[in-house]
Amino acid sequence: METGTWKVKTGLAQMLKGGVIMDVVNAEQAKIAQEAGACAVMALERVPADIRAAGGVARMADPTIIEAIMEMVSIPVMAKCRIGHFVEAQALEALGVDFIDESEVLTPADEAHHIWKHDFKVPFVCGCRDLGEALRRIGEGAAMIRTKGEAGTGNIVEAVRHMRAVMDGIRKLADTPQDELMTLAKEMGAPFELVAEIHKTGKLPVVNFAAGGVATPTDAALMMQLGADGVFVGSGIFKASNPEVRAKAIVEATTHFQDPKIIAEVSKNLGEAMPGLDIKQIPTEELLASRGW
Amino acid sequence: MRIGVLASQGAFAEHIDILRQLEVEASPVRLPQELRGLDGLVIPGGESTSISKLMLSYNLMDEIRNLAKNGLPMLGSCAGMILLASKISDLDVELIGVMDIAVRRNAFGRQRESFETELSMPVLGEKPFPGIFIRAPMIEQASSEVEILARLADGTGVAAREGKLLASAFHPELTSDLRFHQYFLDIVVECRKSGLNKV
Repeated sequence: METGTWKVKTGLAQMLKGGVIMDVVNAEQAKIAQEAGACAVMALERVPADIRAAGGVARMADPTIIEAIMEMVSIPVMAKCRIGHFVEAQALEALGVDFIDESEVLTPADEAHHIWKHDFKVPFVCGCRDLGEALRRIGEGAAMIRTKGEAGTGNIVEAVRHMRAVMDGIRKLADTPQDELMTLAKEMGAPFELVAEIHKTGKLPVVNFAAGGVATPTDAALMMQLGADGVFVGSGIFKASNPEVRAKAIVEATTHFQDPKIIAEVSKNLGEAMPGLDIKQIPTEELLASRGW
Repeated sequence: MRIGVLASQGAFAEHIDILRQLEVEASPVRLPQELRGLDGLVIPGGESTSISKLMLSYNLMDEIRNLAKNGLPMLGSCAGMILLASKISDLDVELIGVMDIAVRRNAFGRQRESFETELSMPVLGEKPFPGIFIRAPMIEQASSEVEILARLADGTGVAAREGKLLASAFHPELTSDLRFHQYFLDIVVECRKSGLNKV
């Protein structure tokens, strides 16, 4: 019996497909998320919208909160560590979380290096803005990829930009002749082996979720139609006026993303969505997506 | 021959891919009308709570239960095995509940206890089958009607057949070994020959 293999790491991500992963800050919220049909929860001390508002340094959550959430639900529990903070990751692994998100939502601990994720038995998910960034993270051992989007804004525009960039990158790569792959790998800043693999298969070797700005059922279905395998919802649920109803609606829109009638039906009477932010109004140095490389 | 794959949530695309490699028509099922005309149904791995809730919300639970009772062949992997079981030892998830097995969810622990191992499965021949167990369930009890097809070294049951119903705690859809799906299709073919059970 072998644990922590690449197959069981990427396999867990495959089991999450077609599902919604919800940010929660306590056990009660985790219970609500599970009841609504979430396929996993992300245990946090604050949702991104509150992290953005609070400023200062955002770190890994208090293990007490994470443990209380793990105790409460039977679905997988994820938790975030800072980019490059491999000791936070070690601590999260020791707690037994099912997935670690090396996340730009927290304040980076290392501006040059991400975590070498192959050293861990627990799988990692990382954010990306384009295919090159996705492949750098996979090269370091990420077993799952998500768009960065712009967390805590309730604005889908950045997630759309990033998902389109990844998909566009895959299409271009598949069309590039073999003898131009090395130059392309150099330009993308991506490991050649992964570039060659995608050239051959025409798809990412790991699951790719949408994240960063999903606030409504239509946002979730939009990301699915653009090619996402599933959806993370951060502040979008528990910053809305009626989290229970909205959470269930987003889960159903994610499953039935190709069925406009169902999407319209589940979008009725959800109450107020979270307050949104125009990306252009956010000072450049406060954009979370530009953290990491 | 047409096989449906429940696509509420989880690794349904992987099952569809394997079925197509075996040159069978395979289609996702998210709504009751998509169950029409099927010769068999796959319930994939994923999160059993999530899948169960989506089945209930879109009227799939009773429909699929009736199809199973009327003899439609079904294959459930991991969460699919949980949903086919008639009893689970924790939590109040509604089950299809058509196989006479009792199953424990997350029986080996959390993700860090997820593992790979080679399984001996005589019905598939001598070559061991690659067992991929992810937050996997185990079979705790089975009635005399149930044939246990594979066990771990300690005797734990991890695959079972009861009539036309087949279940595994592991994920054949994550391997390139097609034999478990082929075994399921053999059951479906047998069923078709007897001229019964087309939905």
